[in-house]
Amino acid sequence: MKAQETYSNLFKNYREVLRLSAARALDGARDTAFARFEALGLPTGKNEDYRYCDLLPALEVDYGLNLFRMGIPAHPGEVFRCDVPTLSTRLFFVVNDLYYPNKKPIELPEGVVFGSLNEQLKAHPECLERYYNALCSQSQDAMAALNTAMVQDGFVLYIPAGVQVEQPLQLVQMFQGDIDIMATRRLLVVLEEGASAQLIVCDHAMSTAKYFSNQVSEIFLGKGARLEYYEMEMTHDKVTRVSNTYISQAADSDLLMNNIGLENGLTRNNVELIFQEAGAKADLSGLSLLSRQQLSDNHVVVNHKAGGCNSNQTFKYVMDGAARGVFGGKVLVQPGAQQTVALQSNANLCTSKEARMHAMPQLEIYADDVTCSHGSATGQIDENALFYMRQRGLSEEEARMFLKFAFAGDIVERISLKPLQARVRMLIGKRFRGELSKCAECNICP
Amino acid sequence: MEKSPDQHIIEEVTSGEYKHGFVTDIETEVIPRGLSEEVVRLISAKKEEPEWLLEFRLKAFRYWQTLETPTWAHLNIPEIDYQDIIYYAAPKTESDENQEEIDPELLKTFDKLGIPLEERDRLLHGGTAVDAVMDSVSVKTTYKENLAELGIIFCSISEAVKEHPDLVRQYLGSVVPYRDNYFAALNCAVFSDGSFVYIPKGVRCPMELSTYFRINAVNTGQFERTLIVADDDSYVSYLEGCTAPIRDKSQLHAAIVEIVVNERAEVKYSTVQNWYPGDKNGKGGIYNFVSKRCLCKGYRSKVSWTQVETGSAITWKYPSCVLQGDESVGEFYSVAVTNNHQQADTGTKMIHLGRNTKSTIVSKGISAGKSQNSYRGLVRVASSADNARNHSQCDSLLMGDACGAHTFPYIDINNNTAMVEHEATTSKINEEQLFYCQQRGISTEEAVGLIVNGYAKEVLNKLPMEFAVEAQKLLSVSLEGSVG
Repeated sequence: MKAQETYSNLFKNYREVLRLSAARALDGARDTAFARFEALGLPTGKNEDYRYCDLLPALEVDYGLNLFRMGIPAHPGEVFRCDVPTLSTRLFFVVNDLYYPNKKPIELPEGVVFGSLNEQLKAHPECLERYYNALCSQSQDAMAALNTAMVQDGFVLYIPAGVQVEQPLQLVQMFQGDIDIMATRRLLVVLEEGASAQLIVCDHAMSTAKYFSNQVSEIFLGKGARLEYYEMEMTHDKVTRVSNTYISQAADSDLLMNNIGLENGLTRNNVELIFQEAGAKADLSGLSLLSRQQLSDNHVVVNHKAGGCNSNQTFKYVMDGAARGVFGGKVLVQPGAQQTVALQSNANLCTSKEARMHAMPQLEIYADDVTCSHGSATGQIDENALFYMRQRGLSEEEARMFLKFAFAGDIVERISLKPLQARVRMLIGKRFRGELSKCAECNICP
Repeated sequence: MEKSPDQHIIEEVTSGEYKHGFVTDIETEVIPRGLSEEVVRLISAKKEEPEWLLEFRLKAFRYWQTLETPTWAHLNIPEIDYQDIIYYAAPKTESDENQEEIDPELLKTFDKLGIPLEERDRLLHGGTAVDAVMDSVSVKTTYKENLAELGIIFCSISEAVKEHPDLVRQYLGSVVPYRDNYFAALNCAVFSDGSFVYIPKGVRCPMELSTYFRINAVNTGQFERTLIVADDDSYVSYLEGCTAPIRDKSQLHAAIVEIVVNERAEVKYSTVQNWYPGDKNGKGGIYNFVSKRCLCKGYRSKVSWTQVETGSAITWKYPSCVLQGDESVGEFYSVAVTNNHQQADTGTKMIHLGRNTKSTIVSKGISAGKSQNSYRGLVRVASSADNARNHSQCDSLLMGDACGAHTFPYIDINNNTAMVEHEATTSKINEEQLFYCQQRGISTEEAVGLIVNGYAKEVLNKLPMEFAVEAQKLLSVSLEGSVG
């Protein structure tokens, strides 16, 4: 296979260059990961998990490896304007696949480690090395293995035990450059016992070149830790995003995760969550708004390894044009994981003739004292509701928009940061009106 | 450790005897073990088949040789040695020349199974016409003549090949082609006997038609084939039952059922599958790998699959509906019970091709002991299927902490006018319901029986009367009181 060879050769040819200036943990994990990548091979339609998500066209583009920092015209902090009004967040930037330090120092509570993954792995190996790649190395996903083999930098957030970070943190990941770029992105988030934080990660693309993002995020929640994690994608049709998120939750930890895709090309989100100890809770939700040829494929596996945990998945899709939505959700209740409560729901709205939806909601249960359920529904806009609104003088277009907006509403309501919620609501409205070609108020997008 | 009353009940249930495990002592004509082109030719020759059918078998066999055993199901299938199986076994009747006479031993066997082969008083016996198949041959088909008066053809498929070659040739392999899957290819190569049903235009079949499958000979596999064709405006209700003797060694059963339904016709197909499930340590039992599919070809055609799956060591079975005709309807009702070391991966496919097509799926899984029970289903709405409707409901009940219940639905929507809903729940028996019953003086065992029967009622209600009673009894036998 040509693409497979391209990536293998890329790694082999630049193995020594990748070693330069890489942290010990980063470089140490490469060879095993590469061997796994070669053994697994690039995912194709024959791979059950990727049957509706053909990455090959995107992978066949020759991106090369961004080995040296590509100059950018100005610091992202100076041109970036799409932060959330009335919500003062701490902003961090990853441009392509490199972390850009802020010009002004950022103040966070004592002991919190943040910033460049590569640099911080060198500076704090004692607290970070044991977490880096601990979950990803167990994965059977070839793209995750490729990421580990090639990653050069990323973002890290480490919050020591008992520390509460009050102010929301926002990581802006952007693509910049007029040539086709592949970015190998990495995120490491560790919340030790009793810590809490809110993290917003948003993806942007600054020009219309072909971009490929291969991201791996590892999230560790210690005992009683609490994380609100929001992911947002506002890119364009030529962007391919593959994201593998691995989450490990200790006893009584609490996770709220919300993934909102406003504009994208081809997006593949894998989420693998493991409940390691009892009493943990996770609320995972996602909303994908798709048009034209866009594709969004969310694959979520919630692994109830320990009993007494509570998981809730809610994923919604709104599709028009020839867009395709794919949802693969699995609840796995391991033997002995009694008193598990696992709910999963998936609702999809196809608003055009060519839109396609593929859903695979699955339950795999090996314990008896559980309450597990899933539901999946696909349909179109309710004619009665539409008629009701038309009767009251709304134009058909407006009525349809309202109904789509309402459909998306309950995912937006799960955002507990009120200013962010209002902002997302506004963006969704614009998106349905077709006005969202770029992030509002941002000057650097074309 | 002191055993709780619940555990006692589970043990009682798991030690429940398989009622149909006897062996009929009858001389059987078998061919040598193994599978090769010669064997395929031999089977064809034994059945005095025409050239085209032999060609069909050989094509399938050659194709099968290129395939590998499928591994996608949530099953742990021990390796099957296809060379260690006898592919043809026929009970020898004393008077081979006189086909009308049936060996009394066979009659006794089927009587013991509750299947009368003599055409006694129709009213007394529920008016069911039976095609009885033992190992590789059809022993007897009852009420053939009465049915023939209405133009209905009900006979063994071997006979149909001889008597109605055009019909068989037209429809055989048209719904499940030999390239469909591994076990279908195998069946096409070596299929032995089964039933053929043709209901002519405008005829409502006045009685239930039924095929009873019995495996008797040792080391054999049963590869039966059923073909049902319902012409315009006709109706038939068809039942299928199956049992096998208790044996240590697992036996393979790979069948194909094809149904073609024409305009405004309706076929109701009910199965009570009670193959020998193996003993409580998971030894022996039937491997039941079945391809069943219905083509709703005509406008407003309808098919309804109802299955009660209690037997077999391993079940791999997905009765499917291809809804090709506009406004055609497909239904699937299933209760699958697994106990001890049984494994089941069963469900359905609803392929919507025509406009205004509707399908309903109701699947109830009950797992106990160390068994694994999976529902696997596909609902596909093609881009041509405007206004398709589907509702699926898959519930699982778990009894005991060592079993598993799984749900693997696939939903493919290629048309925005489709309305597709899927819901599934997994839980154990509701403690409150149990308590309520116990408060009223009903023993735990009986209460669980009640609850399970209530849980499965939606499906059992779809069965024809005679079968519903049998199925209810079966459920009670295998699960009453099995609360974990």
